[in-house]
Amino acid sequence: MARLARLALEEDELEPMARELSAVLDHVAKIGELDLADVPPTSHVVELTGRLRPDEPWPSFPREVALAQAPAVSEDGFLVPSPQA
Amino acid sequence: MSATEILELSATAATAAVASGALSQGELFGAYLARAEGDRAAGGEGLNCFTWVAEHVPGDGSAPLHGLPIAVKDLFCTEGIPSQAGSRILEDYRPPYTATVVSALQSAGVSLLAKTNQDEFAMGSSNENSAFGAVRNPWDRGRVPGGSSGGSAAAVAAGLAPWALGTDTGGSIRQPAALCGIVGLKPTYGAVSRYGMIAFASSLDQAGPLTRDVADAALMLRHMVGQDECDATSLAFPGEIEPPTAERLDGIRIGVAEELASEGIQAGVVEAFEGALTRAEELGAQLQPVSLPHAPHALSAYYVLAPAECSSNLARFDGVRYGSRAADARDLLEMYTRTRHDGFGAEVKRRIMLGTYALSAGYYEAFYGRAQRVRTKISEDFATAFASVDFIVTPTSPTVAFKLGERTGDPLSMYMSDYCTVPMSLAGIPAISIPCGLSEGLPVGLQITGPAFSENRLLDVAHALERALEFDSQRARV
Repeated sequence: MARLARLALEEDELEPMARELSAVLDHVAKIGELDLADVPPTSHVVELTGRLRPDEPWPSFPREVALAQAPAVSEDGFLVPSPQA
Repeated sequence: MSATEILELSATAATAAVASGALSQGELFGAYLARAEGDRAAGGEGLNCFTWVAEHVPGDGSAPLHGLPIAVKDLFCTEGIPSQAGSRILEDYRPPYTATVVSALQSAGVSLLAKTNQDEFAMGSSNENSAFGAVRNPWDRGRVPGGSSGGSAAAVAAGLAPWALGTDTGGSIRQPAALCGIVGLKPTYGAVSRYGMIAFASSLDQAGPLTRDVADAALMLRHMVGQDECDATSLAFPGEIEPPTAERLDGIRIGVAEELASEGIQAGVVEAFEGALTRAEELGAQLQPVSLPHAPHALSAYYVLAPAECSSNLARFDGVRYGSRAADARDLLEMYTRTRHDGFGAEVKRRIMLGTYALSAGYYEAFYGRAQRVRTKISEDFATAFASVDFIVTPTSPTVAFKLGERTGDPLSMYMSDYCTVPMSLAGIPAISIPCGLSEGLPVGLQITGPAFSENRLLDVAHALERALEFDSQRARV
């Protein structure tokens, strides 16, 4: 699960995390007792109908502004370690 | 006008004093700036409300609220000013743009006084989950101010800011307002733009005011609502927010939510709550019990849905475009996992894990799917109740402010703080907390909720009750 969430957990963090998550999951599992067979799901209270803005170009941030907060930059882009070391 | 007199004014009264010439814009802002700097300088002796304070008094202007300072929760993006959401992963992050709601308030003349401390990414009910340290409750410094908008609530209660902006996902405005003895309003979902708010759970997050009184909440909300083309879930507010004027509640039908008003609620909180119900009756309101049969399951549904959305929203913190990055990673994956390990606090990691689990292939329907169906039932419960009553009342928090450290070792007990506030969040309806009395010398909040977009009527009811309750907040002023 930690790998899916892209979280490195130390060995000594695993046991407390598992215990705390189990306690929460045991509690939330109570919703399993409800009869919800014919109930539609609500993902969002606002009717979302793919609101589109007019297809007009507008300026985005200048490149230097977009890159200003990056931890590492190379030339005109974000610098990251290689996917395969 | 002396500094003491200035600091006693509500935001509404301060605006009137500036308009009449009794007070200059610079005097008003300067009085608060001195107070905010004092809290920062006091370090561990202060309340630790602020993560950033303005460097100087802004120049005069002619907008209606000019000169009025505002404290803004750290998770609102403010251009060029640290916006760190209480997280180490965003330490000293200075956004290139300002949140729509902050811009709207600035257009009305309000000036940024400070950014307020908060639970990391708004995840918490005590303000102890902040990379910048816990905030203290001005009523008792050994206790929490509530969360996640704890810095905003404590600052307003202590008179360190005339008013503050917060956000509420499952109670993060209302619960700290209750624990600090001030007014907090969560608007109808969609009434206020979320653009520029660092997201926690996007289908629930709403910005709202934390203020000394109900009239101030109306004044701030008036300048916050409106549709924004940068937030596709924002909606046009029908009409304008008006100043509340009601003094009586004749003919108003108020439902008392059976499931949220007795079991699991501290005796002293129930006592103050029942006292407020008596005041409401004296003002002419008709009280009747209402049932929200699925409300006791709201907390379970919420602690599936909100972590699910957070696990998705917080995927953006990957050490690439902004924020901190772990050094010397061997490859991209290790850079991601170590950056997130080092940058996120324990509660944020817990919720990301919980959400990742709830959304994973084998468990999706049992957790996320079912929680979405519970959400439907909760909305239906409210709709049924609002067919026979105009508003529903509950205590805001099951307890008064608890001691620092009391719940940090038990996440579930911390989550219980939101028991009375999450049902309204899941239904997307507006709810306000006003102080209704003391228990053990600590404030108790009364929560009033109404149908979507009933803010004007809700504020009127809250205003009439506030007058009758005569809550004295002076003790919290530092």
